[in-house]
Amino acid sequence: MHDFHVGIEHITRVEGHGNIIIDVKEGKIRELRMDIVESPRFFEAMALGRSYKEVAHITSRICGICAVTHTTTSIKAIEAALGFEPSAQTIKLRKLLLNAEFIQSHILHVYFLTAPDFFRVGSVFGMVKDNKEIVLRGMRIKTLANELCALVGGRHIHPITLKVGCFSKNPESKDLAAFKKKIEDLWPDIEETVKFFKSLKTPEFERETEYISLTCPEEYALYDGNIKSSDNGEVEPSDYLDKVKEFMVPHSTSKHAKSNRDSYMVGALARFNNNYDQLHPKAKEVAEELGLKQPCYNTYMNNVAQVVETVHCFEDSIRLMDDLISDGMTDEKIELIPKAGHGVGATEAPRGTLYHEHKLDDIGKITYANYIIPTGQNLANIQNDLRALVPNILDQPRDDIILNIEMLVRAYDPCISCATHLMKVKFIDE
Amino acid sequence: MTKPRVAFFSFSSCEGCQLVVLTIEEQLLELVNLIDIVSFREAMSEKSEDYDIAFVEGSITRTSEIERIKKIRDTAKVVIALGACATIGGINSLKNQFEMDKVKEIVYGKTANDYETIPTRPIEAVIKVDYWIQGCPIDKDEFIEVTKAILLGKKPRIPDYPVCVECQMRENVCLFEKGIVCMGPVTRAGCKAICPTYNDGCTGCRGLIDDPNLSSHKNLLSEHGLTVDEAISQYMLFGGNSKEKYE
Repeated sequence: MHDFHVGIEHITRVEGHGNIIIDVKEGKIRELRMDIVESPRFFEAMALGRSYKEVAHITSRICGICAVTHTTTSIKAIEAALGFEPSAQTIKLRKLLLNAEFIQSHILHVYFLTAPDFFRVGSVFGMVKDNKEIVLRGMRIKTLANELCALVGGRHIHPITLKVGCFSKNPESKDLAAFKKKIEDLWPDIEETVKFFKSLKTPEFERETEYISLTCPEEYALYDGNIKSSDNGEVEPSDYLDKVKEFMVPHSTSKHAKSNRDSYMVGALARFNNNYDQLHPKAKEVAEELGLKQPCYNTYMNNVAQVVETVHCFEDSIRLMDDLISDGMTDEKIELIPKAGHGVGATEAPRGTLYHEHKLDDIGKITYANYIIPTGQNLANIQNDLRALVPNILDQPRDDIILNIEMLVRAYDPCISCATHLMKVKFIDE
Repeated sequence: MTKPRVAFFSFSSCEGCQLVVLTIEEQLLELVNLIDIVSFREAMSEKSEDYDIAFVEGSITRTSEIERIKKIRDTAKVVIALGACATIGGINSLKNQFEMDKVKEIVYGKTANDYETIPTRPIEAVIKVDYWIQGCPIDKDEFIEVTKAILLGKKPRIPDYPVCVECQMRENVCLFEKGIVCMGPVTRAGCKAICPTYNDGCTGCRGLIDDPNLSSHKNLLSEHGLTVDEAISQYMLFGGNSKEKYE
């Protein structure tokens, strides 16, 4: 097929509203872009004038899927602005909660949003008839992750206990101990998950790009670290604008981001490529089992990297729970004294590095906010991937071309509600 | 009996309430036996323009959304507003404190005029709504209760008492006694007082009860050191679309 025109309106099984427009004439791409048609919500304006204590309640609402990461990142930016270091206990609890969100989000993506493509059905509901056990297994793992979120955060979607300074309520040690047993009981499901993804044939594709993620000497960086590019080294979070350069595309619709090259990738595969050595040994075994080797340049393998990270996050959660149980938890009550300040928080969200920047006045009210979201950073790279992919699959039937395109976009696990506040919006007329 | 055809739609929101629907998990599969989910973009590829029941998440923040929600109303026999953005405007209403030109300039600077936005409204400001499921996010048990009632043709029971009632039932110590400001006395229950249970003051995400004693609540807030402006600011976190109700 040398001529190919497709406008996929409201791509499904992603969070938020996006369109893909591809126009190929005589084998040459004339136009290729991903439009974001989600309504902008203006969070940077909504935060203005609000207290440093409550801004995380607002930014949590940027995204229902990664609410824990948004809340955590906002709090870190506030604490940086106030020059406050939370206790070791608080950091452990935050890491535990973040792990739970990663598991929840990754399982949602690989089982419910991605797997239907391999069965050629439109949704997970379509898998229930012939593959009910697979669906139930995904649900069991996701339910457990939701329960861990609720145990530590009060609830998963828009967590309650995560506050500036410390947790408003700690989980009970006995509940953490009981939860560890639940993870052990669930382990066969995790092993089956690995077998299941081994049985799926990931499409072949290769395009090396720049990979950006946090990195830190002590551990596989999710909660904290410097910003690392696979091209040119590290900077501290406060210098994030040196690594993340937003730009407008002529005749195009979206504000994109680039770093050293014209696009870069964030998310599970970027983290895997940058920080493989620090993965838990069991997660490394799973990577080997699933044929994921560092460095990997096949974007479709982002799904596999999410499975690998799921195992890592379970193992890391067990370690954190052991620590919290053996050290014992104390009820903290921390009242920070507001003062003028300026701080940046950088955290890995399931979909990639997330930045929140806040400025405070002397009574602790927000005077400036900037939020940079993983999906916005990935958009330019998604388009570059599609430009590399499309010419190679034009001999396939039209439905297969569309499926391959959608699967590639979906592999990024895009979260469009999050990203939209920094997108320029254009309506397509078809 | 043919199964009712159910569709989920999202407007300006974080899609967290639809995620709550996906977290009901095994019960969701039971529910799928009773209904046909014909449109749910976040979870499925199939789409249909023919449905009986529409769950709508999100608020109206653009003129194009007005046309879209009207079309949904014309098609559906029953429209249910799902979550604070749809029921009361929710967190999106925070931008209503500014002029829209100012809001656009704050976020987009020089390119502000390339964006279109209107003051945030709940969906009932544009169309007739049949039922409301409150909260940011919604409570999954309440979602199941309300959905079952609608499927059985019964009127769902929505609490018209404050969060304090549920908080007392959980035998929580009142947060005001711990020095924490709380919107529980004027906010509609149904969330099982989840935030106060975790030592965080209620933020009013479920909207006001039908007949709130606001003057008494404001006195309580002022006894805890809040100025009038600070008290209003608390109400505005989720209630910014109906400022006049709180004054």
